[in-house]
Amino acid sequence: MKLEQKKQLITIKGTEEGLTIFMDDLCSFDELVVELEEKITTVKPKQGEPVISVKVQLGNRYLSHEHTEEIRNIIEKGDYFTVEMFDSAVIHKEEMEKWQENQDIKVYRRVVRSGQVLQVKGDVLLIGDVNPGGKVVSTGDVYVLGRLNGVAHAGVKGNKHAIIAASYMKPTQLRIANYISRAPDYESDGVYMECGFIDSEQDKIMIDRLQQLTRQRRDLKELERRMQNG
Amino acid sequence: MGEAIVVTSGKGGVGKTTTSANIGTALALMDKKVCLIDTDIGLRNLDVIMGLENRIIFDIVDVIEGRCKLNQALVKDKRFDDLTLLPASQTSDKSAITESGMVQIVNELKQTYDYIIIDCPAGIEQGFKNAVAGADKAIVVTTPEMSSVRDADRIIGLLEQEDIEPPHLVINRIRNHMMKNGDMLDIDEIVQILSIDLIGIVLDDDEVIKASNNGEPIALQSKPKSAIAYRNIARRILGESVPLQSLDEEKGLFQKMKHFFGMGS
Repeated sequence: MKLEQKKQLITIKGTEEGLTIFMDDLCSFDELVVELEEKITTVKPKQGEPVISVKVQLGNRYLSHEHTEEIRNIIEKGDYFTVEMFDSAVIHKEEMEKWQENQDIKVYRRVVRSGQVLQVKGDVLLIGDVNPGGKVVSTGDVYVLGRLNGVAHAGVKGNKHAIIAASYMKPTQLRIANYISRAPDYESDGVYMECGFIDSEQDKIMIDRLQQLTRQRRDLKELERRMQNG
Repeated sequence: MGEAIVVTSGKGGVGKTTTSANIGTALALMDKKVCLIDTDIGLRNLDVIMGLENRIIFDIVDVIEGRCKLNQALVKDKRFDDLTLLPASQTSDKSAITESGMVQIVNELKQTYDYIIIDCPAGIEQGFKNAVAGADKAIVVTTPEMSSVRDADRIIGLLEQEDIEPPHLVINRIRNHMMKNGDMLDIDEIVQILSIDLIGIVLDDDEVIKASNNGEPIALQSKPKSAIAYRNIARRILGESVPLQSLDEEKGLFQKMKHFFGMGS
């Protein structure tokens, strides 16, 4: 005897912002498509009403790019709905690794000497000096626990929020995203515990005391949390 | 089994050859069997400083190309029986020797000699690679000038990639009065930038040039401070712990007395 009451695979809920479609994450994709096509026609808005935005909740299902597009096409057919976002509890491992790579703080213990380039994805914490002629390049922030005498380039892929901090700062050049600032032509002493960041008002790289940083970049709290969690 | 030490600097004219000649001579003074190799093919100098130019028959390129045996190319020093020189060729260029050929020669020499001192040419090209190929240790020579320190830094970076012990530093041509006035980088500053161990400091000294011109390495003389400095480096290579030379001039008796009475500086 089958005690089967056909379980709903698709649940549609209306919210203030639009519709949320919950999809079962245990059935097959084909079943999902069949039921979606069926259900979507029933909630179709009347003629003349504005386009409704839809959030798709996938639960623990991972959708490939093609499958995502297939579902999007079904929902958006007839221009009644627009898919605002897909939300899934899982992401692909590759994606994850890529994300993590850009989130991680990579720690190096060495001296970056003249002619050497230390290239890093994500944030970099260098325990050691950057000598004149040496270069540290990262997609995220650059932290130097030592003397920064060479070139540092933070946010090399265009992240303007990236910062450069050093225990001792006397760089030949600081670069953040596509901004460049260079050392003055006159002989000057370096500064201790300072950081460089892009000041959006003046549209250039500024150097200020490290303590100012918390005011400039509140999101650094995020970093602290990451550091504490390892 | 001997030890091969390459003397290098990156920049030219900082005193690699003089340092090689004097460290070699100082080691020979301490009864070690030493062989000096000049790898500056085409611009050989080491034989001139050692005063052995007129005794050269074969050179390192002849050995590598098989025109003679290694032993035939070695020039025996006129002062020490246990000191020999493998001269560079003056007619070829740096591409005449290869890294593998160099390793072979050094390994063969290590069987009979305690120390093989390899004088490296300036630059970071093939000549440098050849010189470093056979070495177990490295000595980096720099002068208290920004450009020379910059090049030394580059060289240290390249040496770190080689299968070689962390290099040691010799600061050459120190002019005491300029260092005191702050017109020259001082020793601490240089060591801080390069962050490697210091093995010796040598004062700028007219006697060194005079001695080189005479083909008698300064390390053979007893008095000059630079001679003592080179001998100290050799002692440190042998594992002795020798304090760094003080840079100050010896004070005369009168000044010492003034100092004693609190009148002098």
